[in-house]
Amino acid sequence: MTDHWFDDAAGPVVRPYAMTRGRTTSGSRKDAPFDLIALVIAEEPGGAEPAAADSGPHGDLYADTSLAPEHIDIVERCRRGPQSVAELAVALDLPVGVVRVLLGDLVEDEWVRVTRPVPPAELPDENILREVIDGLRAL
Amino acid sequence: MVFGRSRRGPAGRPPAEPLTLKILVAGGFGVGKTTLVGAVSEIRPLHTEEELTEAGRPFDDTGGVETKSTTTVAMDFGRITIHEQLALYLFGTPGQHRFWFLWDELARGALGAVVLVDTRRLRDSFAAVDYFERRGIPFVVAVNRFEDAERHDLETVREALDLDPGVPVLDCDARSRTSASEVLVSVVEHAQRTVVRGAEAATAAGGRPAGEDRPAEEGQPAAGARAQHSASAR
Repeated sequence: MTDHWFDDAAGPVVRPYAMTRGRTTSGSRKDAPFDLIALVIAEEPGGAEPAAADSGPHGDLYADTSLAPEHIDIVERCRRGPQSVAELAVALDLPVGVVRVLLGDLVEDEWVRVTRPVPPAELPDENILREVIDGLRAL
Repeated sequence: MVFGRSRRGPAGRPPAEPLTLKILVAGGFGVGKTTLVGAVSEIRPLHTEEELTEAGRPFDDTGGVETKSTTTVAMDFGRITIHEQLALYLFGTPGQHRFWFLWDELARGALGAVVLVDTRRLRDSFAAVDYFERRGIPFVVAVNRFEDAERHDLETVREALDLDPGVPVLDCDARSRTSASEVLVSVVEHAQRTVVRGAEAATAAGGRPAGEDRPAEEGQPAAGARAQHSASAR
């Protein structure tokens, strides 16, 4: 790698960020970054029928030229069901940082919304932990 | 993954959103974290990339370069679906000191943690124990039974790690689904007790003897602790 203008330290990080056009943060991210276990939920398409799911608040998902294929991949996955930020990173085989930037774009354009996970100290009741224990025992 | 609930609520917002929880699996290198996560969930590597901070520098061959560098880190990541509305995520955290910076994000909002130990290399778990104690994150110590390891009784392990009496210490076989899930159950049960105790302490306003092992300030960066870890590792 010595005859290249970049060195090994650049590692595999550079290429994934090409799909964020070099950005490491997204415009819409004013507060803390999306938590790894925050759920990404597709915003309701304009139409009521799932068949009409191509249309979002700003029209056709596939006609939006500002979206990269990875943006579209994320929206498609989330339309099948909520996905955690970590799961999306794994599914797209992208570093979490890249996924966060892409999600920031999608939130800004209202294709998806990202939930804030409930801190365990604020869990509404103990039944949830009981359910977790029962679920684990049933594995 | 199937979340089958109706997605049509008023203004597109369903009444209840699925709940997600996370448990961290920490411990020294090669102690069986990947095995444990894999025993109870479908495991996949999660890639994250971070700027190396002061704490990481002595361990990365950056040759005295003063600019920050970035590194990619792979973590073990598993998901256990409790039911449609409730998922538990497991994160196997890199055990090396140079990855402390990752822990702060992972630890935020964690239900609890497992510190997996190998009795032949108990020292490798000191840093993790220390970290969770300082941050007030409920954790259990699980002794992974390697066949060629000398068997220590659990009280010896507790003493060697200087654990608070409330911290559960248990044996496990990280390869076994039953054993691994029992470890996770003990984390949840311990977290449950901690949450209840925390609520009581909040109303009683202090007077709890175990008070000193709580972090001084929630949300304060663990820079001090981290510096200490890296200093002790040099």
